[in-house]
Amino acid sequence: MAENAPLICKDIYKRFDQLEVLKGVSLETCKGDVVSMIGSSGSGKSTFLRCINLLETPTSGEVIVHGDPIRFKTNRKGERVPADNKQVELIRAKLSMVFQSFNMWSHMTVLENIIEAPIHVLKVPRKEAIERAEAYLHKVGIYERKDYYPAQMSGGQQQRAAIARALAMEPEVMLFDEPTSALDPELVGEVLRVMQSLAEEGRTMIVVTHEMAFARDVSTKVLFLHQGVIEEQGPPDKVFDHPDSERMKQFLAPNF
Amino acid sequence: MLDLKGYGPALIEGAFVTIELAFLSLALALFLGLIGAASKLSQNRVLRGGATVYTTLIRGVPDLVMMLLFYYGGQVAVNNLSDFIYDTYGVDFFFQFDPFIAGVLTIGLIFGAYMTETFRGAFLAVDEGQIEAAKAYGFTRWHTFRRIMIPQMMRHALPGLGNNWQVLLKTTALVSIIGLTDMVRVAEQAAKAERSPFLFFIPVALVYLLITAGSELFIKWLNKRANAGVIQGD
Repeated sequence: MAENAPLICKDIYKRFDQLEVLKGVSLETCKGDVVSMIGSSGSGKSTFLRCINLLETPTSGEVIVHGDPIRFKTNRKGERVPADNKQVELIRAKLSMVFQSFNMWSHMTVLENIIEAPIHVLKVPRKEAIERAEAYLHKVGIYERKDYYPAQMSGGQQQRAAIARALAMEPEVMLFDEPTSALDPELVGEVLRVMQSLAEEGRTMIVVTHEMAFARDVSTKVLFLHQGVIEEQGPPDKVFDHPDSERMKQFLAPNF
Repeated sequence: MLDLKGYGPALIEGAFVTIELAFLSLALALFLGLIGAASKLSQNRVLRGGATVYTTLIRGVPDLVMMLLFYYGGQVAVNNLSDFIYDTYGVDFFFQFDPFIAGVLTIGLIFGAYMTETFRGAFLAVDEGQIEAAKAYGFTRWHTFRRIMIPQMMRHALPGLGNNWQVLLKTTALVSIIGLTDMVRVAEQAAKAERSPFLFFIPVALVYLLITAGSELFIKWLNKRANAGVIQGD
């Protein structure tokens, strides 16, 4: 069971100087899980997501991707760092990330953005990478924009292109870091619809979000973070309708 | 028709020396500039310190002084080295430090320091999110540098590079002082012999102008390419 789990995080702590952002967060996913992480700003949910693909190094705790635990060592300054950069690169290639601010590479067209990592990281032949990219562009509905540069598109289109870029890696787990927070309200829907279709296909996703409707309707599991700890977790109907924690009740109150 | 009193071919040859000198120096300067900028931005304290000493030292000494130091000092250093090797290993070699080599080394080294600053600023202007996306997709550091950072920093670096190149080109004229027969030296000798400075110096000035004007167009074209994907006025 645990062998096949796409992603397990055990007791993740993260400290920035004096500030303890994560105080022991654990997460176990099964294939096809859609985990929504909710909580107010500063609760540590984005930091947790960034610890999963080692954009931040957890101060302590384990990250296990498909049965492969990330190895750490202590550097000369006494900080914990990944022991093997090759392993980190390999694992990142299995966990593609969608960013709040899209982060499409601005000097490349949409198509170039999407084939870059498959060709250079996964070593997929160019022709195959292009076919794959075009298929995913169709899927997210912006095939006709494939030769545009990111700056020539709306935020919603850029984010859908970024999702196509993530899909082209055929990842074990997709990480979404507040994918709709930088969008104009009228563009949020098109991105959420794409994400919902991915969830329905059974892709494993971890989504940091402020979209409560998405968390409630689409996810299989909801995690509520507060001040670096998980205050409440479970299936969405339990977390939203029968929360145990006072914090969760307070957090939901303005939504009703 | 312009009558250069038989100095025409020598002037043309001199112009080619100037161009060759400028391009080789530029190549060296770009190379040193990239290394210098990467060092200044590196985590390694030794590299950072070395690059800072390099730029501080070079930018604080007049070009001409450095050129004289390289040309005369360089030969002395090479001679001492060859004496030392002969005394200790019995191997005899001689290396003539000619003005062309001294010129390329000096100009390359000087402009490498300016390029270091230009590149450093340009690297810092690259949006952190662009680099983070590369990391998150499993790029190696080298791949991130080559495919993301270099092309993105170019657009910030080009205006500064264009400036540096024009100044570099004009600095090559200094090499005539250490005896290289570039077009300035040919013109100077011809002007003295024929007592007609205008006849020889104005064509030389025009050649410099021609090259700088040409480069300006080229840089404009490069700029357009480097700014693909950028909405102007953004």
